[in-house]
Amino acid sequence: MTLPSFDALNVGDEIPSLTTEPVSRLTLALYATGSGDHHPLHLDQDYVRSKGMPDVFAHGMLGMAYLGRLLTQWVPQEAIRSFGVRFTAITWVGERMVCTGKIVEKIEQDGEKCVRLELTCANEQGEAKHKADAVVVLA
Amino acid sequence: MLIDKKHIGMKVPPHSVNLTAWQLKWFAKATGETNPIYFDEEAAHKAGLPGVLAPPTFFFCMDMDKEHPFDYLETMECDLGKMLHGEQSFNYYKPIYSGDKLDFDGEITDIYDKKNGALQFVVKEVKVRRQGEVVGDLRSVMVIRA
Repeated sequence: MTLPSFDALNVGDEIPSLTTEPVSRLTLALYATGSGDHHPLHLDQDYVRSKGMPDVFAHGMLGMAYLGRLLTQWVPQEAIRSFGVRFTAITWVGERMVCTGKIVEKIEQDGEKCVRLELTCANEQGEAKHKADAVVVLA
Repeated sequence: MLIDKKHIGMKVPPHSVNLTAWQLKWFAKATGETNPIYFDEEAAHKAGLPGVLAPPTFFFCMDMDKEHPFDYLETMECDLGKMLHGEQSFNYYKPIYSGDKLDFDGEITDIYDKKNGALQFVVKEVKVRRQGEVVGDLRSVMVIRA
């Protein structure tokens, strides 16, 4: 995988999107294993109902992991300088995640040619679940 | 009850994690990862990497890899059933691989509330070191519902 050229990209350009399989209870169980996050809010419906919520829901970090895949399918991971996310809505079982990103700024940072990207993880109806940004070094 | 702001500046008990290819394999399976450098040791070696590459959010998983991952919220007497993840960010300095031993060293840097205390926010910042060298840092904002 090679780095995209800084000069060839413009503010407003979109990077290739990523659409996931629907989030299932199995996905949440696998994510609990892989991440080590076994919080019952994501696994135990009885517990969740006792806390006043209707059903288990996805780990926020699962959505951020999908946004990480969006970045690393576009550039090698070592090009990522920073990556941050705000979790704005809960992702429920059955929802398919659509991850998109666009360049919002071209900057020079610590002598490196970088772009700042705005990333969104939304459901298929377009409801944003996570809004993120990342700074990535280009060639 | 509002969280006491005296906890700003509190050090989180440090911990260390041995990053294993086994755990990265399960993480890749859970997240639908298809690039084998994230789950196959042989493929990673063929790509010239010393081990399986940890993906961009994996610092968070390792930061949670301890007996009581929310020990700092328990110290503040928060109900962990009313907790939501508000924000998460990372800075990256060096890639990390299976076989690495990472040391996590965190501190509570802010506590604030919104909506007359209906939502409370606890900010934790953590430095990650490998053999003394900082390889990344993370900032987590946890939200506690009233």
